[in-house]
Amino acid sequence: MNNKLNHRGHANKWFLPALGLLAVAITLPAFAKGFLLFQATQVMIFAIAIMGLNVLVGFSGQLSLGHGAFYAVGAYTAAIFMGQYDLHYGLAIPAAGVIAFLFGFLFGLPALRLEGHYLAMATFSLAVAMPQVIKLSVLEAWTGGSQGIAVNKPQPPFGSSLSEDQWLYYIALITTCLLYLIARNLIKSRTGLALLAIKESPVAAKAMGVNLAVYKTLAFGMSAAFNGIAGALSAMAVQYIAPESFTFYLSAAILVGLVVGGVGWLPGAFLGAIFVLLVPNVAETVSKGLSGAIYGVFLIALIFFLPSGASTFRDFIFHRFQRKGGNSN
Amino acid sequence: MMELFVQQLIAGISTGTIYACVALAVVMIYQSIGHVNFAQGEMAMLSTFAAWQIMDYGVSYWVAFPLTVLMSFVLGVLVERVLMRPLRNAPPLSLVIVFIGLLLTINSIAGYVWSFTVKPFPTPFGTAPFLGSAWISQHQAGMMVTTLGILVLLFAFFRSTRVGLAMRGAANNPTSARLLGIRVRSLEGLGWGMAAAIGAVAGMLIAPVVFLEPNMMAGTLVYGFAGAVLGGLSSPAGAVLGGLIVGVLENLAGTFIPVIGGELKLTLALVTIVLVLVIRPQGLLGRKLVHRV
Repeated sequence: MNNKLNHRGHANKWFLPALGLLAVAITLPAFAKGFLLFQATQVMIFAIAIMGLNVLVGFSGQLSLGHGAFYAVGAYTAAIFMGQYDLHYGLAIPAAGVIAFLFGFLFGLPALRLEGHYLAMATFSLAVAMPQVIKLSVLEAWTGGSQGIAVNKPQPPFGSSLSEDQWLYYIALITTCLLYLIARNLIKSRTGLALLAIKESPVAAKAMGVNLAVYKTLAFGMSAAFNGIAGALSAMAVQYIAPESFTFYLSAAILVGLVVGGVGWLPGAFLGAIFVLLVPNVAETVSKGLSGAIYGVFLIALIFFLPSGASTFRDFIFHRFQRKGGNSN
Repeated sequence: MMELFVQQLIAGISTGTIYACVALAVVMIYQSIGHVNFAQGEMAMLSTFAAWQIMDYGVSYWVAFPLTVLMSFVLGVLVERVLMRPLRNAPPLSLVIVFIGLLLTINSIAGYVWSFTVKPFPTPFGTAPFLGSAWISQHQAGMMVTTLGILVLLFAFFRSTRVGLAMRGAANNPTSARLLGIRVRSLEGLGWGMAAAIGAVAGMLIAPVVFLEPNMMAGTLVYGFAGAVLGGLSSPAGAVLGGLIVGVLENLAGTFIPVIGGELKLTLALVTIVLVLVIRPQGLLGRKLVHRV
């Protein structure tokens, strides 16, 4: 019971800061222009991808090293639907989510029977092979092979004074908020509890009547859908996609963001995304391509010294608040 | 047609020996600590760059080769000591993340030090046709002989030496092995060193074919994974068999299936992995996983 009370108090404490952040996010385009606005859009896109991976890793205990592949599926889905079938971007984004969900679901099916290592190996191979898969000649009519596809930015609605960049920012913001709420509710729902049970002990979960197959593939599909939507948004932001944008490095970056933000803590995705996007800017002042080393060293150092990533600080602050608040324990 | 088939078959076996080496390195580490080392390929790449650097200083191939193998052995032992041992009781996810961290770090630093442009890597065997045959080059023949030699040595080591037997015992049942007085932890270091050394040999042998650059082992590692999964993660002999099969499959499919083409063969490795996991997760020669509840 006490646990539940704490949990509530915890949620309330974060309500005001979250509202403040949202207010800042809504007004940001008023004072951030050009590259800064683009970066802010990218942070949200990346945060969506990291949240997606978090649903899988943090809440169902499965590991994927290849979520960049689903990101790619979403990017290509949106680009193809918008470019070749003139689909409105408002439909292309959810379409990317649905198609990525299907791919994730299908890839998750064999993964069901697998121990963690096999899943990690399969997804690792998926990530490494992805650029080549996109280039397959049978798919070239759609994917444009190594030439890639140019993507149009969503046009702001008539009568609005927003620029294309500002409009895209708001699309990303709305999508991020929606997906955050979906992820949060998913985790707190029966499904989320079932996933947690699977994470803690698959055998016990099964004994309690949790259908492992359904929930594990569902988690895989959901997290793939998040990444697909992130991919679709990034295709619109960058306005061009090519196979080489979706190498293993992308999957690794999503994983880095997850670990930095904290596995199992949803808001950490934003901190993780900021980290992932900032590092290349800093690293390139020394040498291009050195960001991999910074990512790598951070991954190792975090596991050694701060295994919960940024969520450690959340716990720290939370506990202090709790003490000050005088717990009636 | 027949001639092309035989040619591709032999070429497949010769690259297959490299995949077999990588698969074997992966399986050795899996056997000793129960985890798949995702940085195996990058460690091999680093070794190959080290060999290149040593030769660039003017040292001959025949000195650089054993020196590199030795250095790689030390590197493997160090990785085990510094990174693996403190994480002995960490959840599997942490270890995978550390492996990915190691992969990113080595890849990026190699690119920083030696640049991402491709470099030619010498072969001691020459590139002329082997014994005047149109089927196989001297380097391919050399690759086969070297790796087969290593495999024979390894099997002799695991079959007939005290240390080799102790390593197998430690891998099979660490608790009983410890009760019998085997120092399991030292053996884990030895296993890491040997795996890194085998990887170094694989790297130096494949480098003349794929050229030397920081990303040269990514594809090879995926083939190694495919070989290891196909043969069975719990079986070193299976890893070798799996690696050879994957090499042959890759070459035959690349030649005879137009869609796969020369450049897109990684897809095949991915399909192999997924198919094996669906149809026979324990691999060809592996033990079936049984869980005690």
